[in-house]
Amino acid sequence: MREIHVDQIRDAVAELCIKANCLLPEDFFKVLRSSAENEPSPVGRDVLCQLVENAEIAAADMSPICQDTGLAVVFAEVGQDVHIVGGAFEEAVDAGVAKGYTDGYLRKSSVAEPLFERKNTRDNTPAVLHTRLVPGDRLRIKLAPKGAGSENKGALAMLVPADGLEGVKRFVVETVRHAGSSPCPPMVVGVGIGGNMEKACLCAKWACARDINSRNPDPRYAALEEELLELVNKIGTGPQGLGGRTTAFKVNVEFCATHIASLPVAVNINCNAARHAEVEL
Amino acid sequence: MSEPIRLTTPLTKDKVKQLKIGDRVLITGTIYAARDAAHKLMVEALDRGEPLPIDIRDQIIYYVGPAPAKPGRPIGSAGPTTAGRMDAYTPRLLDLGLTGMIAKGNRSKAVLDSMQKNTAVYFAATGGAGALLAQRIKSYDVIAYADLGPEALAAMRVEDFPATVVADCHGGDLYKEGIKAYARD
Repeated sequence: MREIHVDQIRDAVAELCIKANCLLPEDFFKVLRSSAENEPSPVGRDVLCQLVENAEIAAADMSPICQDTGLAVVFAEVGQDVHIVGGAFEEAVDAGVAKGYTDGYLRKSSVAEPLFERKNTRDNTPAVLHTRLVPGDRLRIKLAPKGAGSENKGALAMLVPADGLEGVKRFVVETVRHAGSSPCPPMVVGVGIGGNMEKACLCAKWACARDINSRNPDPRYAALEEELLELVNKIGTGPQGLGGRTTAFKVNVEFCATHIASLPVAVNINCNAARHAEVEL
Repeated sequence: MSEPIRLTTPLTKDKVKQLKIGDRVLITGTIYAARDAAHKLMVEALDRGEPLPIDIRDQIIYYVGPAPAKPGRPIGSAGPTTAGRMDAYTPRLLDLGLTGMIAKGNRSKAVLDSMQKNTAVYFAATGGAGALLAQRIKSYDVIAYADLGPEALAAMRVEDFPATVVADCHGGDLYKEGIKAYARD
């Protein structure tokens, strides 16, 4: 058993909150710059150049790339040979979110209850925490802050097997078309295919938080990622929805086993700052 | 691409009439920050027959909920929020003389019609460019609804604040025209 103290977890999460919100990954910078060169729409190019400059300012200043620093979505992989000491794991993650969002001057956008009072929790807790138990004695934490402009445009379709590949493509394209300018395009589109309702949504979220240059290891799904990117970039939405060819930087697809009678498809959309950071303890 | 147009506030209707979709502008002067909750409170005040906390004639409202300011700074990251959520309240304010709005995303037909009727303009700032836009905001002073935190009604002095005309007072809507120009089968 390897011991990890909850204070370590809290501090690691706090650091991830600040890092993810202020530092755009280097690979993503490259994608932004090349899109700015290749976008034919002058208004679109102007937007993309502003996004490059914005990310440079945010990094130099350690200020958030976007004021909507989102809900803190946390993917934790806990090695089964890890012994967490000093307190409760979930409380440590929330303590880290509170610390990171406070110390990092990040906006607190979490309300405690959705329908009646909608009172802000004032420290951006609770995190949206997804924990998996895995082999080993390490603890991996990936933090992907998610703003509402893009999150609100996600969708789930419980298709049936007869809808097939064409049905999946149609649903993804229509979801992106309907999202329009709201998710601050160019976007990163996460698609989860298979599983059941909640599993498809989790796959889509995980797909959204993948590195910008990653590909699905299954060549059929990697090809589908390429084809979907081409299709969504024909819609014309463009940077900020003002018209152009760069509606999405990337479409990431994840799949999982499903029922003989089901073909769930979930689409989770990320904005032009597909923010995420990770650490291994 | 042509040089940006320099605009100073107050934004009179004469200035609005010169603007058309696709124009890039740099705004200097005082603008007001308000989003969902502040709009709701302003319209509720009007419903009760009370005056607004500000005279909005010839003014610009920026739909923004900034991140907290670091010490020594007027404001934290401050990019636009989605305009559609304010559509229900906007025609009331346009009828009172509001001439400009800065946000992101398309507007309802009711808002676009009211903009034509009242000679107003809608600018988009770049969503996701909150750090860059914050640098163009030189002061931030809460005027009303302080308890709303980042949603309070505030006055901001801006210098060369970059935006694009996305809906003009002549019926132009760049969200429709722009996408049409680049859509392919």
